[in-house]
Amino acid sequence: MPGPFAAFKWAALGRDWTVFAGGFAHTILVSFLALVLALLLGIIFGVLASSKQKGFRTISRIYVEIIQNTPLVIQVFFLYHALPHLGILLPTFTVGVLGVGVYHGAYMSEAVRAGVEAIPRGQLEAAYSQGFKFWSAMRYIILPQAKRLAVPTMTNQAVSLIKNTSVLAMIAGGELMYHADSWASNSLYYGPAYIVTGILYLVICMPLALYARRLEEQMEVQA
Amino acid sequence: MIRMIGVHKHFGANHVLKDINLTVKAGEKLVVIGPSGSGKSTLIRCMNLLETPSAGQIIVGGVDITAPKAPVEKVREGLAMVFQQFNLYPHKTVLENLTLAPTIIKKVPKREAEKTGMEFLARVGLVDKANAYPAQLSGGQQQRVAIARALNMKPEIMLFDEPTSALDPEMIQEVLDVMVDLAKGGITMVVVTHEMGFARQVADRVIFMDGGQIIEQGNPEHFFVNPEHARTKSFLGKILRASNT
Ligand SMILES: Nc1ncnc2c1ncn2[C@@H]1O[C@H](COP(=O)(O)OP(=O)(O)O)[C@@H](O)[C@H]1O
Ligand SMILES: [Mg+2]
Repeated sequence: MPGPFAAFKWAALGRDWTVFAGGFAHTILVSFLALVLALLLGIIFGVLASSKQKGFRTISRIYVEIIQNTPLVIQVFFLYHALPHLGILLPTFTVGVLGVGVYHGAYMSEAVRAGVEAIPRGQLEAAYSQGFKFWSAMRYIILPQAKRLAVPTMTNQAVSLIKNTSVLAMIAGGELMYHADSWASNSLYYGPAYIVTGILYLVICMPLALYARRLEEQMEVQA
Repeated sequence: MIRMIGVHKHFGANHVLKDINLTVKAGEKLVVIGPSGSGKSTLIRCMNLLETPSAGQIIVGGVDITAPKAPVEKVREGLAMVFQQFNLYPHKTVLENLTLAPTIIKKVPKREAEKTGMEFLARVGLVDKANAYPAQLSGGQQQRVAIARALNMKPEIMLFDEPTSALDPEMIQEVLDVMVDLAKGGITMVVVTHEMGFARQVADRVIFMDGGQIIEQGNPEHFFVNPEHARTKSFLGKILRASNT
């Protein structure tokens, strides 16, 4: 009986490399779009969390609590299986971007909120006293300062986001994990399939994680 | 220029301003004194609606800013404030601090805002700091930048909330000098301060607050020569003694 990592299994993977390359490209695309969505949601809800109006703060809180306290898989299944019953039929690709984007948007929102709350109250008052409105004060004065604190956390979130796109394999998402899975169950060559897949995730996630570490260290030096 | 009519402010159960009626005329230099916690900051912060009064009306330049849907931001453009803690924008250079609001809020062309900005920096004696960041400046320099930032909005009214209270003693005078110079112009000034020398030099009128009320008002000489109320006398006695030691 040949071992799980027998040479001919690697050779088979080598022949089918386009399957993995296609999945990898798909993962990068889903990750990128989900990241853009997560950033947008994170900034909007993170800023709303420090709004003067209680209604906005509550909306932001509800979003964050619901998303952070249910598994990502459930949220993705909801989009994939439940929405069609309401007459909303989304392509798997869209479900992927929405599911992962909305999920990590909640964590980004917490990072933005922490960053905004760390800025002394006087900054917003100075902005108001000069005639700024809430959102332009955020844009020009508060967020650029909040960035310093929020960006390392947000970069770590980007890493988790990329890894979490693998959840989409469960809905035939067409991304790297899905292709690795289906290739492996067809060929039964699980060993090479998962090793290569793991390496591919590592290749995009590790540089980001290292970058986040460097940002954190810089912050400690400055503080 | 500023009219407060029957203004009250509550913070929860704390009744901080009690039926304030006050008119500040165009060009007037008004100094507000009073013990800590008497409501001076709240009073001046109501004038640009950083605090919303619980009751009463505030009219600035003919606009009732306490009315629903009042153009508060528009009014604030002409009503600059200088804070005790300076509140400069730390991520911007000195010159950027001066040009940010004029370019974004008033849509002044950047070059124009920089030109007037440099003129105001010259006026507060800090031209050479135009490209420095606030953290690189001393407290006195930061407060002078804050005054220049306020001026670059070309306001009609300037509000000062204890502008020298956070400064080391040796830096107080450089800020007061700038304010005295400013007071020579026609701008309306409302200044919360304990600097009695400054009050004596520039104030048209001094008001003494205690317990959320205006207890006594008059020209500076009145306060120094014959304050009427016992509370005014004891307060002035304390701060004058403090500044003589
Ligand atoms: N944002 C606030 N929330 C609750 N209480 C406040 C707030 N600001 C001021 N106060 C209270 O209002 C009173 C007057 O404060 P303030 O106007 O700052 O006085 P002053 O400037 O004369 O020292 C104080 O009792 C203070 O504790
Ligand atoms: Mg005060």
